[in-house]
Amino acid sequence: MLLEIDDLASHYGRIQALDGISLNVQEGELVALVGANGAGKTTLLRALSGVQPVSGGRIRFEGVDITRLSPERRVALGIAQVPEGRQVFAPLSVEDNLRLGAYRRQGADVAADMDRMYQLFPVLFKKRELPAGTLSGGQQQMLAIARALMSAPRLLLLDEPSMGLAPLLVEEIFRVVAGLRDQGVTIFLVEQNAHAALALADRAYVMETGQVVMEGAGVELQADERVKAAYLGL
Amino acid sequence: MAELLQYLFAGLTSGAIYALAGLGFAIIYNASHVINFAQGEFIMIGGMTTATLAAAGVPVPLAALAAMAVTMLVGVALEKFAIEPARDSDVVTIIIITIGASIFLRGAAQVVWDKEFHALAPFSGETPIRVLGATLMPQSLWVVGVAMAMIAGLWWFFNRTLFGKAMLATSFNRLAAQLMGIGVKKVLLVSFALSAALGAVGGIVVTPIAFTNYEAGIMLGLKGFSAAVLGGLGNGMGAVVGGLIVGIAEALGAGYVSSAYKDAIAFVIILVVLFFMPNGLFGKKGVDRV
Ligand SMILES: Nc1ncnc2c1ncn2[C@@H]1O[C@H](COP(=O)(O)OP(=O)(O)OP(=O)(O)O)[C@@H](O)[C@H]1O
Ligand SMILES: [Mg+2]
Repeated sequence: MLLEIDDLASHYGRIQALDGISLNVQEGELVALVGANGAGKTTLLRALSGVQPVSGGRIRFEGVDITRLSPERRVALGIAQVPEGRQVFAPLSVEDNLRLGAYRRQGADVAADMDRMYQLFPVLFKKRELPAGTLSGGQQQMLAIARALMSAPRLLLLDEPSMGLAPLLVEEIFRVVAGLRDQGVTIFLVEQNAHAALALADRAYVMETGQVVMEGAGVELQADERVKAAYLGL
Repeated sequence: MAELLQYLFAGLTSGAIYALAGLGFAIIYNASHVINFAQGEFIMIGGMTTATLAAAGVPVPLAALAAMAVTMLVGVALEKFAIEPARDSDVVTIIIITIGASIFLRGAAQVVWDKEFHALAPFSGETPIRVLGATLMPQSLWVVGVAMAMIAGLWWFFNRTLFGKAMLATSFNRLAAQLMGIGVKKVLLVSFALSAALGAVGGIVVTPIAFTNYEAGIMLGLKGFSAAVLGGLGNGMGAVVGGLIVGIAEALGAGYVSSAYKDAIAFVIILVVLFFMPNGLFGKKGVDRV
């Protein structure tokens, strides 16, 4: 098992944002996590990356307990995150953003990986010398994904990559995610766009107010009446 | 004409020192949004250590290196023992801690040294150079030259090295930097070490001109602060330009108005900037705090 989360809890002050989350992700899987606003999806991803204090439970990565590990150690182990809202380094060039994605892999063949990213996202190559802040929303999302991939992750955490994008770009982003899955990248995908996420996912979890309330195969959840009513607007 | 040139030389010399101090403020501000009011004490410790070692017979280049090492150690200790433990407090609290630290360092300097002024011989003698009727002291060339070298070195560090870029990235987006595996604690520590080194270098080159004592850092620090504010807090180029403007304005004011107002000019600049353009000359509008 690549990622095992066991009874995880987290608080913002006195507000409990995660209340006993247990879930897991296997190598090569694309697992989706859907849920309404404020369910705690971002908080869970933050906790997985080590930038959110955990008040109980355990996170294991490849069998090793990483619950108390620093964020930089987790990146070195192979956990990369594309955060909510993209969070590119706006004044730095596209190329510098990519290079910083490989920050923990000094000595690795960063140049070759950067070429691969430029092949995957040709628009980034065209704009490689421009400040990342000048890119459009969709381009910034691609940059954020490419930047995370530069760390050669074993597990890619994606937090609402389609948020705020025009429908055409949303499709493009989902195509990219599907492509990465086909190349064998293990992906944990958080999405409000439950329809697209469930269609793509091998397995999925549904979260509500800090708890996992349902789990199953992507297509299975897609057909579930309760999920349809609550998240698919059907 | 000769008179104006004379004032400009004086202004550029002190401006270069203020620029180094201003850069020190900028680097720490970028890493943490903290204004480190102990920056002036780095200048003082650099100058005092060099002067003491040189007086004891240590060759000046060696004394200068030792002074840089001592000052960087003080900077790192300040971060480790005073700033880091308060990491989760709000920025204002941490700024107050730096004010406390500056008072502590002045007190410690009184104990380690004394209240006397300490001098250091100019590095290349005292024969003035005549330029278009004005005189230029060789030490002024040292000050300006060393400051330029430091600025070029910093430019290279922040634009050409991965760790320098990682420090910049941390200042732009702390969360994203953490997600890239950049150790933000290390960034903070290095920012204090770098700022201390900048302060020390300023103190070392200025001591042959200005002497130094345990309080020498107060004024130099405040002027470095006005340079940083004038340039737009956190903007490196702004701090350099701001330093030169403060230095030159001060020299012109002292020359043409009265030297009694020399120190007041820096504070007038701070007030005017804070009232009329709180983002400084090059600061971005509405700094995003992450
Ligand atoms: N910085 C914060 N301080 C206090 N409470 C917070 C903070 N961030 C999130 N919360 C609260 O924690 C809960 C979970 O928030 P979280 O952002 O994880 O939800 P989410 O599922 O990602 O929502 P969204 O779909 O809107 O992104 C919410 O009740 C939210 O109000
Ligand atoms: Mg969220």
